[in-house]
Amino acid sequence: MLEALRQLGASTLARLQAIGAAGIFLWQALIAVPQFKTSFILLIKQLHSVGVMSLPIILVSGLFIGLVLGLQGYNILVTYGSEQALGTMVALTLVRELGPVVTALLFAGRAGSALTAEIGLMKATEQLASMEMIGVDPLRRIIAPRFWAGFISMPLLAMIFSAVGIIGGMLVGVDWLGIYAGSFWANMQNSVEFYDDVINGVIKSVVFGITVTWIALFQGYDCVPTSEGISVATTRTVVYGSLAVLGLDFILTAVMFGGF
Amino acid sequence: MRTRSLELAVGAFLVISVAALFFLAIKVSGLSSELSQPSYKVYAHYQNIGGLTVRSKVTMSGVTIGRVAAIELDKKRLNAKVTLEIYNDVNEISTDSVASILTAGLLGEKYIGIVPGADDTFIKNGDEIEQTQSSLVLEDLIGKFLFNKATEDKGSNNAATTPAPAANSQDDF
Repeated sequence: MLEALRQLGASTLARLQAIGAAGIFLWQALIAVPQFKTSFILLIKQLHSVGVMSLPIILVSGLFIGLVLGLQGYNILVTYGSEQALGTMVALTLVRELGPVVTALLFAGRAGSALTAEIGLMKATEQLASMEMIGVDPLRRIIAPRFWAGFISMPLLAMIFSAVGIIGGMLVGVDWLGIYAGSFWANMQNSVEFYDDVINGVIKSVVFGITVTWIALFQGYDCVPTSEGISVATTRTVVYGSLAVLGLDFILTAVMFGGF
Repeated sequence: MRTRSLELAVGAFLVISVAALFFLAIKVSGLSSELSQPSYKVYAHYQNIGGLTVRSKVTMSGVTIGRVAAIELDKKRLNAKVTLEIYNDVNEISTDSVASILTAGLLGEKYIGIVPGADDTFIKNGDEIEQTQSSLVLEDLIGKFLFNKATEDKGSNNAATTPAPAANSQDDF
């Protein structure tokens, strides 16, 4: 009984410690003073590996989610005789919810796991330690550019995802099922508000980008430096990242669209 | 050379995402029609705005000529005070025009339709549209219909009771 209580306390303390360590880690990476010239090149490299390399999966899944939304939405709406509202439905679903959330989930799987594995391997092969030995701060050199790359790419990817998805919905609705293009776009434009819907979606994706990148970097930096430890850390990145995105999405939706 | 191609790819990525943002702004949310054109403010009082919201359209003959800027309760007159922003180029709305709250379709969004009057004087910035017509409330309609039906059934004067223009409470002051 007492032992169970002690274990509960110990695990709670360990979790809290991990959260605190992650916070300090992020803070140190962010305040690391950038040397503009070198860190710009590092940032470009990371933007390429985090953002540009994620483009194919974002484009393809955005297109297919838009196509599916178009088909499913059409079949539901046509029973009420209001298939002109398809544009509204597809656009609001993508811009408010699916764009940021699905992009963040894919981002955790595609870019987050790669970040964790890369940094974990650097730790396992003692590259981070040797960097410290030669007087280069690994937080500044390795972590900060990756964090900023994730912070910048995630909202951009989410916007591309939404746009491609809406085009996919249009392909199904207008070109295949024959909804009149004018009412498709006009209904969409009437009900989608730029500030309330598009900008809130972008804010969501910024928050998700910070969360996923932070979790990925910290799991890599904090992993047990063995091959098994790296695999555990990579799994944790995807699991924790996805859970955090879904949980945060509920909170953000409640704040943005819950009406208080 | 390696960094050059990297930079090219990142540049293309940024361009694509900016294009996506423009697409979302212009084509999806119709921002261009929403951008604030120079406009002047006109007030109107209603007994019941029934679902009219800020940024609803203000139309004349179906053409959008402005937006609802604010809705508040007039504490002295105890009714709703609606502020309309009407585009500057629509400056010849006569003072006896009627501003009614209408519904797009059966269950669609509410908007304000202005029917021009015949007066020679035009409303200016800060004026009030005196003649208004409140939103059509379904419960009132049904209530009036039932009331009329009941009086008809009593057989007092069948011919005289035409179905009343329900909820047509002309809010004149």
